[in-house]
Amino acid sequence: MNQKFSLNVNGKVHTVEADKDMPLLYALRNDFNLNNPHFGCGLAQCGACTVHLDGRPTRSCVTPLSAVGNSKIVTLAGLGTAEKPHPLQTAYVEEQVPQCGYCINGWIMTAAAFLRDKKKPTDAEIRTALAGLKCRCGTHMSILRAVKRAAAMMG
Amino acid sequence: MTKHEKSTGFSRRTLLKIGGALVVSIGAPVTLDFARAAGDAMVAGTKPPLTPDQLSSYIAVNADGSVSAFFGKTDMAQGLYTAIGQIVAEELDVPVQSVKVFMGDTATSVNQGGASGSTGIQDGGKQMRMAAAEARRVLVEMAAEMLGLSADQLTVTDGVVHAKDDSAKKASYAALIGGRYFNVRLDWNGKIGNPLYAPGKAKPKDPKDHKVVGQPIKRTDVAPKVFCQQDYVDAVKVPGMVHGRVIRPPIAGAAPVKVDESSIKDIPGAKAVLEKRFLGVVADSEWGAIQAARKLKVEWSSAKPPFPDQAALYDHIRAAPVRKREVEGKEVGNVDDAFKTAARVIEAEYEWPFQSHSSMGPGCGVVAINGDQVTVWTGSPKPHFCRDGVAAILGVSPDKVHGISMWGAGAYGRNDAGDACIEAAVLARAVGKPVRVQYMRDQGTGWDPKGPASIHRARAAIDSSGAVVAYEYTSKGFSRIDVDTNESHPWDTIGGQLLDVPLQSGDGFGVPAESYVFANKRTAWETIAPLLDRASPLRTAHLRDPVGPQIHFASESFMDEVAAALKLDPVEFRLRYVKDPRDIAVIKAAAEKAGWQTRPSPRRDQSGETLSGRGIAYSQRGPTRVAIVAEVDIDRTSGKVWGRKFTVAHDCGQIINPDGLRYTIEGNVIHGMSRTLFEEVKFDNKAVTSVDWQTYPILDIAETPETIDVVLINRPEIPPSGAGEPSSRPMAAAIANAIFDATGVRMRRVPFSPDKVKSALS
Repeated sequence: MNQKFSLNVNGKVHTVEADKDMPLLYALRNDFNLNNPHFGCGLAQCGACTVHLDGRPTRSCVTPLSAVGNSKIVTLAGLGTAEKPHPLQTAYVEEQVPQCGYCINGWIMTAAAFLRDKKKPTDAEIRTALAGLKCRCGTHMSILRAVKRAAAMMG
Repeated sequence: MTKHEKSTGFSRRTLLKIGGALVVSIGAPVTLDFARAAGDAMVAGTKPPLTPDQLSSYIAVNADGSVSAFFGKTDMAQGLYTAIGQIVAEELDVPVQSVKVFMGDTATSVNQGGASGSTGIQDGGKQMRMAAAEARRVLVEMAAEMLGLSADQLTVTDGVVHAKDDSAKKASYAALIGGRYFNVRLDWNGKIGNPLYAPGKAKPKDPKDHKVVGQPIKRTDVAPKVFCQQDYVDAVKVPGMVHGRVIRPPIAGAAPVKVDESSIKDIPGAKAVLEKRFLGVVADSEWGAIQAARKLKVEWSSAKPPFPDQAALYDHIRAAPVRKREVEGKEVGNVDDAFKTAARVIEAEYEWPFQSHSSMGPGCGVVAINGDQVTVWTGSPKPHFCRDGVAAILGVSPDKVHGISMWGAGAYGRNDAGDACIEAAVLARAVGKPVRVQYMRDQGTGWDPKGPASIHRARAAIDSSGAVVAYEYTSKGFSRIDVDTNESHPWDTIGGQLLDVPLQSGDGFGVPAESYVFANKRTAWETIAPLLDRASPLRTAHLRDPVGPQIHFASESFMDEVAAALKLDPVEFRLRYVKDPRDIAVIKAAAEKAGWQTRPSPRRDQSGETLSGRGIAYSQRGPTRVAIVAEVDIDRTSGKVWGRKFTVAHDCGQIINPDGLRYTIEGNVIHGMSRTLFEEVKFDNKAVTSVDWQTYPILDIAETPETIDVVLINRPEIPPSGAGEPSSRPMAAAIANAIFDATGVRMRRVPFSPDKVKSALS
């Protein structure tokens, strides 16, 4: 049976009536028109659907609405804007990272939480932090360059 | 080119922008409500027909003097959009920022083949160059008439035609034609798709005069993606749209016999659609459709498991009857006699598995049928062919279908994006509503068209002096066109096959593209029948650089084997027998940049846990040449191979945008490395068991190389050729050759997974 959920997404409250088991991803995309997190696998294996829940990178494709509670949700669109970009977004543009760009939510949202908590990471630490995320265009070299550039910007 | 834009045709904003670009025909009366969109313009008849022989099909000058370029290919986000803008700006002598490229919409562009075969610049760019040059010629002629001067007294600066000796005598493009159509016929070769070519009377510029072409101009599609301003095909929402999912059989080849719709009655809007072997569901919401696909009770026909044990795959290929054999390239000398008299014969056989596109997002498409008008929004890189396929499956004329290609998950060949549209069309017709279909992950990996599995035999005859006197190479495998490279024919789509259309499996493979010269040489390929002829999860088609990685894994590994047998340095061996000067140049450039030490492989001087080695491989792909030096580390205990460094020398003729080219090459190296070390479609006798990223692992960022060094050889005098695929081609052999150098062990079966390397080492 459907339930009503009020969700705080990018600082705005959205409401949706849906199955409590429905993953957050479908509410974001189809009910709130936040189309940037993508369906990649529905299995938490690729990262294309990643958002922050209270700052934690979370795979929205396996997060049921009932598990979101009062957590503050931030999507890539809420991380920064063209006018006020997050350093990772600036670095992504500078390094011309994405090809198709379908995967970037996973990489940027995961890296944003990592760089918030870890200043001046080494190459090995960056690779470990991003392990498991998928990119099929093979932009991995650019991703590493961009994360290093952003890390430098974030001191 | 201030903001990346695909002419999607469904957003009002975009429609108006297109409206601004395409106005009315020269001489035609201007009406106030003239074309708001190119599609409307066609219908209203205010524009010359959108045919390949019309200049207006490629270039329009807007009222403000800005230029719209209509490109019948699509950018798989390797910078093609930007490169085409550069080519057009160069020939027209307008600032690159004033050119906007519209791609992949059947209402605004002719069929230049979509993304296909690394021909975006080679063929698509060539046509855009000729069209832009012709537009400039026409504009200069118009200015000459207006100014009372001859055309050769005029030149163009930033979209203003002016007298060479008096810049006050001038006429801007905007004044000459802005807001009106070119009405100029081109000399079309009558072909559509990649070979379409329609030059005008103009000659393009001499490359030495290029100012914009060759510059590292940044891609404009990046920022909109990073700032979430770019909608993808999966975001298309049409009024009244429902969500669809398809259901595949548990045993490949089984057909749904009966469905129990009561099993999904609690799901809003849920409905099952069963037509012949096709089974799908729709529901009001996407989650509802997913639930319905999971919950629907289905009775399947009994089907004999169609596949051999995976362990017997290569034996199957060896034993299978040859369906078609072709000797490609020039057969030289008498190969059979040469082997009879050889002092020594070196032979080897190599194996390559089925591989999956496994695109980041499974195939997605939306189809809306409105009366006799159909619209398809597709992630397929070939919107014109997708339009044709949707038209065919619905039994309507292609001119009733509007195909709109949108950004989707990257597609490197014939993935499942077009299939999703065909099945969306079947569902839309059945339920009488617009339908959005997205496949699930297990379908995206388990049911996409596969890159073919194959075996490759090579042998070389050596004379008593140690010279190679004969070489024979034969590939045998599943066809690269069991289903063809686009979805325009229902028999090439899984939806069509499920609807029992007659099959037309094609036969194609290929031979090594190189310039080794031996006195006797024969290269051939043989294809075998598919394991399951209809609606197979192992149907085979083009996967990035179709069969190129397979063929050159074998041929370039074999050259290394011959060099090692003759105790020759691998670079030296190649330089002895490779004869094409551009091939020689890339081999030398890669070796030099990598600091290649001349010595035979293997090195045999290491005793630690980690063994390091280097290997080289090279190939042509069309007119493009690539040589790659791989430097790898092998962990002796785990068998893990790390491709630490790759040095790529790349010659694709004239370089349009060196930055775009560099990124494209990096993507090829990573994809090539992933396929070499990790990727293999697993199956049991019933079905494909590679259904997600756990069961179809790919390269992880932890395994990404430390360095990719790219040496770009620019040849402005040679027309630009492809770069989207060539550098993935020699990757497997470069890695195999480096493993051999490090360990003395020859890997002849891809992928080089840790267990295989470990067992080979022991």
